[in-house]
Amino acid sequence: MKKVKVIKIDVDKCNGCRACEAVCSAFHATPKYSSTNPERSRIRVLFDPLRDIYIPVLAGEYTEAECNGRELYTIDGKVYDECSFCRASCPSRKLFKDPDSDLPLKCDMCEEEPPLPEPLCVQWCLSDALTYEEREEEGEEEAKPGELEIGLESLVKKHGAKAVMDTVARMSK
Amino acid sequence: MRYAETGVNLEIDLSRGSIEREGTDPELTELHLGGLGTNARILWDRVPPEMKPFDPENLLIFSAGLLAGTPAPGANRTIISTFSPQTLLMAYSIMGGFWAPELKFAGYDKVIIRGKSPKLVYLWINNDKVEIRDASHLQGKGCLETEELIKQELKEPKAQVATIGLAGENRVYFASIEQGRSSASRGGIGAVMGDKGLKAIAVRGTKDVNVARPAEFFELCNEVLKYIQHRADNPIKGVPPILAGLGSPQEMSLHDEQWHTASFAWGNARIRRRDFWNKEIEEQWKGIQDRAVERLISCYNCPMKCGGIITHPKLERYMMKCYSKLTYTMAAMSDLDFGFRIAGLAQEYGVDGYTTPQVMAFALELYEAGILTDKDLPDFPSDNEERFFYLLEKIVRREGIGDALADGVYWAARKIGKGAEEYDHNTIKKHEQIPIKLGTMNPIYYLMWSTGEKINITQIEGQIPQAPFATKEEREEFVKDWIQVPKEEFKEFVLKWGEPGTSFPNYPTNDAACELVEWQETMHYIDDATGICAGLSSFPIKPPYHIHNLPKLISAATGLDMDEAKLWQIAKRNRTLIRAINVRRGMRRADEKPPEDHWKRRFPDIEAKLLDDYYKFKGWNNQGIPTKETLDELGLDYVGQDLEQRGVYKNGKKQTPETKKESPKSKKAEATKKETKKEKSQGKKA
Repeated sequence: MKKVKVIKIDVDKCNGCRACEAVCSAFHATPKYSSTNPERSRIRVLFDPLRDIYIPVLAGEYTEAECNGRELYTIDGKVYDECSFCRASCPSRKLFKDPDSDLPLKCDMCEEEPPLPEPLCVQWCLSDALTYEEREEEGEEEAKPGELEIGLESLVKKHGAKAVMDTVARMSK
Repeated sequence: MRYAETGVNLEIDLSRGSIEREGTDPELTELHLGGLGTNARILWDRVPPEMKPFDPENLLIFSAGLLAGTPAPGANRTIISTFSPQTLLMAYSIMGGFWAPELKFAGYDKVIIRGKSPKLVYLWINNDKVEIRDASHLQGKGCLETEELIKQELKEPKAQVATIGLAGENRVYFASIEQGRSSASRGGIGAVMGDKGLKAIAVRGTKDVNVARPAEFFELCNEVLKYIQHRADNPIKGVPPILAGLGSPQEMSLHDEQWHTASFAWGNARIRRRDFWNKEIEEQWKGIQDRAVERLISCYNCPMKCGGIITHPKLERYMMKCYSKLTYTMAAMSDLDFGFRIAGLAQEYGVDGYTTPQVMAFALELYEAGILTDKDLPDFPSDNEERFFYLLEKIVRREGIGDALADGVYWAARKIGKGAEEYDHNTIKKHEQIPIKLGTMNPIYYLMWSTGEKINITQIEGQIPQAPFATKEEREEFVKDWIQVPKEEFKEFVLKWGEPGTSFPNYPTNDAACELVEWQETMHYIDDATGICAGLSSFPIKPPYHIHNLPKLISAATGLDMDEAKLWQIAKRNRTLIRAINVRRGMRRADEKPPEDHWKRRFPDIEAKLLDDYYKFKGWNNQGIPTKETLDELGLDYVGQDLEQRGVYKNGKKQTPETKKESPKSKKAEATKKETKKEKSQGKKA
């Protein structure tokens, strides 16, 4: 059995304060909490008050290619832009990329030792738009790629393994 | 490295079309923190008292609070300062929302605007790239409309836009600056922005805001958040629902309007309707409100939901907060549906939700009294609500009688004449006040109404209950966990209040009143420097931020050495500097009085003594002018020298004895003159 961590998102309860963005970026800063910058956050609130659209989206997998075509959702008479609910860090948009390095960002559920009772964005969401639960699922625990691995993987995809290795070799001289 | 602040201001000269980035002096942060404090310092240093609000040399300063952009909950305030066309004194209006954090993320603490643009422009701040752009296509556009158009034009949906509407362009003296769900609306700062030919400032930032001692700071923020939750679970007992919780009054979710409708005056601040509120109205208004409020919303990084998204069949979606829900309703003696309908339109024009309804109710009274006639109001509708819409249109366009009314009640009354001055009965320092007309003079409120320089009572009051608790048990219960008091003695005020002999005007003693007023005011001045919302700090009873944790938060964020005494002293320095700015522009004791009919029962001798005692307590002379000694103690000796040179002390009755020794030119004054690093930005005029 493997443990699956779930952040449940209730868009009706989101008050659009973006505290989740602020604390996520602070948590992942080095040293921890040393800086705040929502652009580095691994959760973003899609925010359009005049259409009453508030959707917290967690950063998911990096993808090297954008989708073929786009879709539009209409829910309760409100039209949601293409990509609204998508979690990918992808070439078609700026979302979920580090503003300095352009490397992809991905939610890691604030994993650390000792573990937090729940991810920080959930702790700071007093509106309960974000809630947390863990459940058991069939299957084996997978080794999760670390931050460096995700970053390197995207560099390799972008520039090729040889170019990356050559650069690393040159830098380490 | 600078912590909490960025250490960079943008200097924009609209006459020349120039954009400069200027490093700031860290010593000014130590002296004034930031936000309102440093704004005041800049206005003192750079705008001499001869300058009129509409002179190009007047500055319009948009400042993020010191802690804005850090994880401190509710630290999101933009403090806008300039000189008011209405009061002719320093104006400082403050808004929440998302603009200030975004400015910090773009890498700036302040945007300082001088000069006037020959044609309408807007400013686009995108990290290091800053441009002055043409706004002629935005002329006359509404505030939310302008925000949308700018975001589309820039292809930047995440930009935060502060803008004026038609009222600001037409220099209406109570024009606001609007930003999404928030407004900075007191003192006519929108008129100054319009006068400068500046339609909007859009900002987008993707940089870091750093703090000095991260783990310590974040733990303090966690504690604040926990206390907010604690207060949500434990509303204050024995007070009306509106005072029981945190935030600015939770008008978008509360249905019980007993307190506002019964305690505040209706019409042109005339009529108390003590038995207006009943079950039937409550049911009816609840229906209207629940249909109108689509979602409760917040400002940046704040769990309080003080705002609402409003839908109305006759309007585009808009956002509302706080008491603007009722100001139009009560001025027009109408109902809540009308309130929602007209507030949306008024906000789109960009006018203050307190002053505007009062100006219109004032005009209606003049009409009923025959001072304004059908000649002044051609095609004036017969329907009461339609009349308010009519007046709004006239005012924002300065059309016909709207031109006089657009200057606010004080100036309009004098322009119209024919006895109209008699109907100006709710202004202090030429500015409309919240319409409250009560029974017996309350010493604490007497001092706050008289001496507040933020013009709005909500910007000086807070922290203490407004009425005694009914029983001794309730009083004891209340003070048990009252951790916010600066000193234990303050608990006595609540513990005794309600016993025989503790009624106004003789309770509390003058000494206690002075201390209580200073406490309330000081907390506001701290918030206005840090940019923490008053709704989590200086305004409600038992807030999560207080004098005991704020020094720690400020210190951990900035790295400054800070304790309670030092922070109190900084707030006092800022407060005194603002008084000096206004004194230098002519403000005196005669200006410091609540309207005649503010209370039914007045006590001229007691009031005069109260003001004497308060001035003395503050270290001001009997004209309300800070003495040279007080200024010296606060490191504001250059202010005292300036006031003396201008002969300000001679005009007062008493002159404070001062040291004979000629004091050398203040080090602090020198510090500001120090050449600061300037670099030209790549900004260009579009």
